[in-house]
Amino acid sequence: MQKQRLVVVGNGMAGGRTLEELLKYAPDLYDITVFGAEPLPNYNRILLSPVLSGEQRLSEIILNDLLWYERHGIRLHLNSKVVKLDRTARRVASEDGTVADYDRLLLATGSKPVILPLPGKELEGVITYRDAQDTRRMIEAAARFSHAVVIGGGLLGLEAANGLKARGMKVTVVHLMPWLMERQLDRTAALLLKQSLEARGIRFLLEAKTQAILGDAQGRACAVELADGQQLPAQLVVMAVGIRPNTELAESAHLHCNRGIVVNDTMQTFDPRIYAVGECVSHRGVAYGLVAPLFEMAKVAANHLAQYGIGRYGGSVPSTRLKVTGIDLFSAGDFQGGADAEEIVLSDPGAGVYKKLVIKDDKLVGSVMYGDAADGAWYFKLLRDGTNVAQLRPQLMFGDRNLGNGGHQGRERAASMTDAMEVCGCNGVCKGTIVKAIKEQGLFTLEDVRKYTKASSSCGSCTGLVEQILAITAGGDYSPAPKAKPLCACTEHSHGEVRRTIREQHLLSVDAAMKLMAWRTVNGCAKCRPALNYYVLSTWPREAKDDPQSRFINERAHANIQKNGTYSVVPRMWGGSTSAAELHRIADVVEKYQIPTVKITGGQRIDLLGVRKEDLPGVWRDLDMPSGHAYAKALRTVKTCVGSEWCRFGVQDSTRMGIELEHALWRMYAPHKVKLAVSGCPRNCAEAGIKDVGVIAVDSGWEIYVAGNGGTKTEVAQFFAKVESREEVLEYAGAFLQLYREEGYYLERTVHFVARVGLEYCKAKVVADRVQREALYERLQFAISEEPDPWKERTAGVARHEFESLRVTPEAEGARQ
Amino acid sequence: MSQWSRICALCDIPPLGARTVKVVGTTIAVFRTADDRIFALRDRCPHKGGPLSQGIVHGEQVTCPLHGWVIGLRDGVAEAPDTGCTGRYDVRVINGDVWLDLTRSVRSTAAAVKSSPPCPTQAAVVSRPPIAEPPLGQFWDTPLVTLRDIK
Repeated sequence: MQKQRLVVVGNGMAGGRTLEELLKYAPDLYDITVFGAEPLPNYNRILLSPVLSGEQRLSEIILNDLLWYERHGIRLHLNSKVVKLDRTARRVASEDGTVADYDRLLLATGSKPVILPLPGKELEGVITYRDAQDTRRMIEAAARFSHAVVIGGGLLGLEAANGLKARGMKVTVVHLMPWLMERQLDRTAALLLKQSLEARGIRFLLEAKTQAILGDAQGRACAVELADGQQLPAQLVVMAVGIRPNTELAESAHLHCNRGIVVNDTMQTFDPRIYAVGECVSHRGVAYGLVAPLFEMAKVAANHLAQYGIGRYGGSVPSTRLKVTGIDLFSAGDFQGGADAEEIVLSDPGAGVYKKLVIKDDKLVGSVMYGDAADGAWYFKLLRDGTNVAQLRPQLMFGDRNLGNGGHQGRERAASMTDAMEVCGCNGVCKGTIVKAIKEQGLFTLEDVRKYTKASSSCGSCTGLVEQILAITAGGDYSPAPKAKPLCACTEHSHGEVRRTIREQHLLSVDAAMKLMAWRTVNGCAKCRPALNYYVLSTWPREAKDDPQSRFINERAHANIQKNGTYSVVPRMWGGSTSAAELHRIADVVEKYQIPTVKITGGQRIDLLGVRKEDLPGVWRDLDMPSGHAYAKALRTVKTCVGSEWCRFGVQDSTRMGIELEHALWRMYAPHKVKLAVSGCPRNCAEAGIKDVGVIAVDSGWEIYVAGNGGTKTEVAQFFAKVESREEVLEYAGAFLQLYREEGYYLERTVHFVARVGLEYCKAKVVADRVQREALYERLQFAISEEPDPWKERTAGVARHEFESLRVTPEAEGARQ
Repeated sequence: MSQWSRICALCDIPPLGARTVKVVGTTIAVFRTADDRIFALRDRCPHKGGPLSQGIVHGEQVTCPLHGWVIGLRDGVAEAPDTGCTGRYDVRVINGDVWLDLTRSVRSTAAAVKSSPPCPTQAAVVSRPPIAEPPLGQFWDTPLVTLRDIK
């Protein structure tokens, strides 16, 4: 079947965006032809102002280059203005004679600048400010002439004036109204704006009416005459007095227009085959001249063109930002207020800050911000959503940065995020999903949100963001997490209480701990059992009884479970060193067990991925290497650089130091995984700055850093101690890790542990107090000295049932019933 | 029709643990609770197919090792707010031996997959019209036919 033909008239931002959205929904549905009156492919019209002021180049603001059209099989006619629309024949024709037949037509003809009917408007040097061509002409004029007049003190006019000024012209803005940007700003904000633009050397004439543009003998503009007779020299006159929907083509085809092409909520015109989007449209009697509504329209139109038929456009509250570098200005909604509206105003003219919020019926209906518009997006969201702000009122003026205090960087982002933006990268949860769950399920706690949406339930790095979204969405109902959180839903005891009780009551098993602390569930859950098992084992080494069934599968199978149920095997390579014999054995194992993937890990080891569980004991036996514990909450790797043995910069033998550390610490289980690194000089090639314990060699010894983290949230390790000998490195590192093992909470990395108890506390116990340090190190050695190599044990037959499937043999078959 | 087979002794399965039985087209996880009750489920989490047999067993539930969904051992249904359900098999302990009926899961699994949330109860399943059986070995939810197919 032949594809349906879609013709797009207009290659601006609305047309381009609609195509992008459409290709996302239905890449192959249409045979697409695009007509653009301009010689350029789709570019970002909004960024013409930075181009004018010289901050960006035209090539930088192209949204989709010619290649993009080609890649998507789109026929693109540039420089080709459509002048004829025959709705009966369903055909469009352009000025240059190109014709195209359509099954669906999308009109995105945009708007035309208003040209004042002044004497002299046709003189050379009189231009409007709309497209790349105008921008180019202004840039050219700025290079040749010295005086410019901008008629119109609105958004575009001011951006034009700023750009021309930046290019060295003497610029005067003539504005009819008593203050600038009167459609977006109140008088106070406009005054501040005017002052700051004046400081840049732009001249303003307010309440001034232009009467005529005067030309010279060559037919070029030379001055602007005002109604009071004043004449302003100007070789360049920019008319920026407004825009008007470009409905020429639609009207010529007798398509219903009323100050814009009239569309319904699906962006369909009165001809059902024709859709229209962008500035050319009149939706519910409103024509928009800003970009955000246009993107919303594009989304809806694309949805219907893709035959999904579920999008509706309900109109937009426009918001504006002035794109003039160094001026922070934001305006949205009904900023003038009225008799029944209240205003909150913060005015600090000295600092150049002005903020006004207009509230009606406990809802934010408008806002103007000057000088500090960082919270604009948040206010805009409150405004657009019609959020009840009664609860927020005391802090409202100070923005969302003052709400909530959980989590880390990025929480300020929550408010300004769109619903489609991803919050939780691990589980692919968008903001909209979270907001929806909060509203529909009536969620009030972080735990609830995690449960329902999975957001922040994996790595937790988005916790702050989720809490922020919760605070905004649930408003005053949001209850921040209580201080001492219960370990899980099975108990009301916190990690700290559980640890203390196990120590004080000498509890030696998971069962005993649950019984004494009156666990609510019979066998706990997958959260508390591994924690309890770790606590009894680490508190009472060699005494407490390990419960394999309370360990996560990785620590039970001593390999890392993968998404398809196979396992990965990482043999230990001391300090990242290996030998020909080991590599031979690894190669043989890979071939013998047909292991699909072999990969070098970030911890300087080799990962064998895709091993069947039943093959694990055989793989371990044939490898004949110790377990790398890459699957465990335990010591993982000690990463090293080559050090003084080979490196011309090395000051100490870092490889040897790393191997010694690894031999001293391996088989050490901990609240979470533990990674070390040793660098042979301050160039720190082993990246010791992001390790739980990082050791960096200096000429006179070793510097020890602790509590770094390269994962979820990168944390730089903190300086802990400077020591002289290798023995000291072992003792200090071991003692610090034993402190963490004894006092850390399960699944708490060293960075969080140190943040909780304080670096000074750790230093006091390990660095300052020799007796305690030696005792800690001794306890560590006591705990791990008899810990076996789990792989060796299992190749010898321990826990054989773990690796064998049950077989149903024909002999065992028996018909019952 | 039932197809009861002895698979192991009760003591072959660790308390709060599981063993797997591989049959044509699928793997069955046989769980043992702390009080020695035995349950059998298809060894596939309804979420992303994780091997439930490798999860931590608690009470009458197992937590999937891949993403932590909690599945009921008795009915194979995921704990709210997650929705979904995995097939279950009849299992019983006679004189310390564990017997598994290899035939029973077919309907409930296929039906559940067709109409997860909410998972239909056994009774509801029986009243459904019979589902056309897919060709052996091609469909991931292949029903178990005879024991001769078993390795």
